[in-house]
Amino acid sequence: MTEPLLAINDLRVAFATPHGLVRAVDGVSLDVRPGECLGVVGESGSGKSVTFAAVMGLIRPPGRIESGSIRFDGRELVGLDRVDYRSLRGRDIAMTLQDALTSLNPALTVGTQITEVLLAHAEDLPSGRHARHREARARAIEMMHLVGIPAAEHRLGDYPHQFSGGMRQRMMIAIALSCRPRLLIADEPTTALDVTIQAQVLELIAGIRATLGMSVALITHDLGVVAEYCDRVAVLYAGQIVESGPTASVIGAPRHPYTAGLLASVPMLSNLDRRIRPIDGQVPGLVDLPPGCRFLPRCPHAAPVCVSTIAMRALEHDRAVRCVR
Amino acid sequence: MTPVLLLQRVGHLVPVLLGVTVIVFLMMSLTPGDPAEIMLANQNATPAQVAMLRHDMGLDRPLMERFVSFVGHALQGDFGQSLFHRRPVATVIMERLPATIELSVAAMAFALLVSIPLGVMAAVYRGGVLDRLATVGALLGVSLPGFWFGILMLIGFAVNLRWLPVSGAIDFAAQPPGITGLMVVDSMLALRGDSLMNALAHLVLPAITLGLPMAAILMRVTRASMLEVLRQDYITFAEAKGLGRGRIIALHALKNGLLPTVTVAAMETGSLLGGNMVVETVFGWPGLGRLVVESIFVRNYPLVQAAVLLYAVTYVVVNFLADLLYTVLNPRVRM
Ligand SMILES: Nc1ncnc2c1ncn2[C@@H]1O[C@H](COP(=O)(O)OP(=O)(O)OP(=O)(O)O)[C@@H](O)[C@H]1O
Ligand SMILES: [Mg+2]
Repeated sequence: MTEPLLAINDLRVAFATPHGLVRAVDGVSLDVRPGECLGVVGESGSGKSVTFAAVMGLIRPPGRIESGSIRFDGRELVGLDRVDYRSLRGRDIAMTLQDALTSLNPALTVGTQITEVLLAHAEDLPSGRHARHREARARAIEMMHLVGIPAAEHRLGDYPHQFSGGMRQRMMIAIALSCRPRLLIADEPTTALDVTIQAQVLELIAGIRATLGMSVALITHDLGVVAEYCDRVAVLYAGQIVESGPTASVIGAPRHPYTAGLLASVPMLSNLDRRIRPIDGQVPGLVDLPPGCRFLPRCPHAAPVCVSTIAMRALEHDRAVRCVR
Repeated sequence: MTPVLLLQRVGHLVPVLLGVTVIVFLMMSLTPGDPAEIMLANQNATPAQVAMLRHDMGLDRPLMERFVSFVGHALQGDFGQSLFHRRPVATVIMERLPATIELSVAAMAFALLVSIPLGVMAAVYRGGVLDRLATVGALLGVSLPGFWFGILMLIGFAVNLRWLPVSGAIDFAAQPPGITGLMVVDSMLALRGDSLMNALAHLVLPAITLGLPMAAILMRVTRASMLEVLRQDYITFAEAKGLGRGRIIALHALKNGLLPTVTVAAMETGSLLGGNMVVETVFGWPGLGRLVVESIFVRNYPLVQAAVLLYAVTYVVVNFLADLLYTVLNPRVRM
């Protein structure tokens, strides 16, 4: 098997809050392999964004990476110093944030916001201030074309509020992709968009992934999106991975009751004949959790062993599950 | 902004300025008592002299007629005679105006130069030593009366240490040839280093005294607004792009974070005008503020009236300019 491009191992991230220590990510391990698209799913608050903020080195106090390792292309990122991180971000690993409407700076033109990444990272720009800027501009326009922003060369001087929501999402993707990163982390790239534009944006990411040969970590709470666009999937629940494996196999035969519950709660081709059922109960608070299975209170198959610590268990066909059944 | 819109905005100023003029005019008319008599009180004026002054000032004519003539004359820069100076009010004011402009600009520059970097640093290093010092300093700056602080500095640096001059805008011997009336500018135009140093030395204490409360307020505004901005998603995204910290703070954050500072700075210009009267009196500064205070004591109505009108117009115009600057800084309200 090839080395993973990104390897997260037993990562723990906690936030000190007035109510106690919130362990938002509690022992997460996952890989993103070269060229693949990994889907990361889970309910709101399960720790998807925090996990990848940690990858980007963006955990700020009161948050802290308590332990674990994040390796990118064999290089350890936990504890990496600021300057080294800066040259990695935006160039090798890029991330689009969850909310496209608030992620572009309202006071700067989109042209400034895209060319500045190129000027900060691209090593093959010509020397000489003028030539550098002209080349950065040309590449920015090219990238904006690639993500489907019409008349890109006339829009560089526009401000974010002059773009529609979908166009701002595209703009954020264009900025993230401008240095042709090896890994794109797309944090819910479609939540703010209406359904037709959602599909366009996802197709766009899939297309560019093929063109640029990059890996993608696609964060979403929509298993339908995962089924369509991802090679593998990791399911997060309350700060832990509960199941992972090739998408078709996980969706075809979920092994964790939570995955099964998620599948039953979304309309998909595979379950059109059945009724859609939400999972009963709520995600537990993340302060002072007992050791056992976190899904226990909501689980239809709860058993006495479930109160003891449950470890992730490898199954055949590249799958793993955190359940004793 | 297009020229047409700019003209429209200027047009909006007209009713405001008219309103201000009405109020300033009525100020004298509605003051109890006869202005002519009050102005000549303690001067053993005969009833004939009082009547003559009343006629000169037009007080024997109907209110409406007086208002029209007041506006008409004011538009030509004619605010009547200053009895006390025996010269036209406008001339007396114009003589004193440059010193006040110089002091106000210096105070404003001091306030901005101190408050913006301090406010930004306090927000970036929130909870650090600098943040705590700046917060305490700002609290003192806002709550201590300016004149008291001015007198303290005067005693300390001018009287005891003798580092700085006690009063005035420049020493007589160092006076440069008058061109603009601004001592600092005139010294530079005359290429006289000694005059420049002398003028700056005179300017330091009054400018700090006048600018300090404003600096304190602007520091707090900048800090609060930067704290808010630094939490925004676009700052996180800028970090995710791998930009340097300097660029993120100085460009991405500051361009948004300075909006409230600009607005408040414009509003605070009003208090700067008021503060001038106190500070100029404490430091014997030969400006308009001290002139107004003196004129109030000798009941020099025409002069006070003209000065108040000037203050009000300045205030309105400065706020208008701040609005323009705001639209430049904030593309969302740009038209
Ligand atoms: N700055 C913070 N301070 C305190 N707690 C935080 C902070 N950021 C995140 N958390 C906690 O971490 C947990 C996981 O948050 P995260 O944003 O990763 O969820 P998510 O899976 O991305 O959810 P969503 O689908 O809503 O985006 C949440 O319970 C949240 O309360
Ligand atoms: Mg999230």
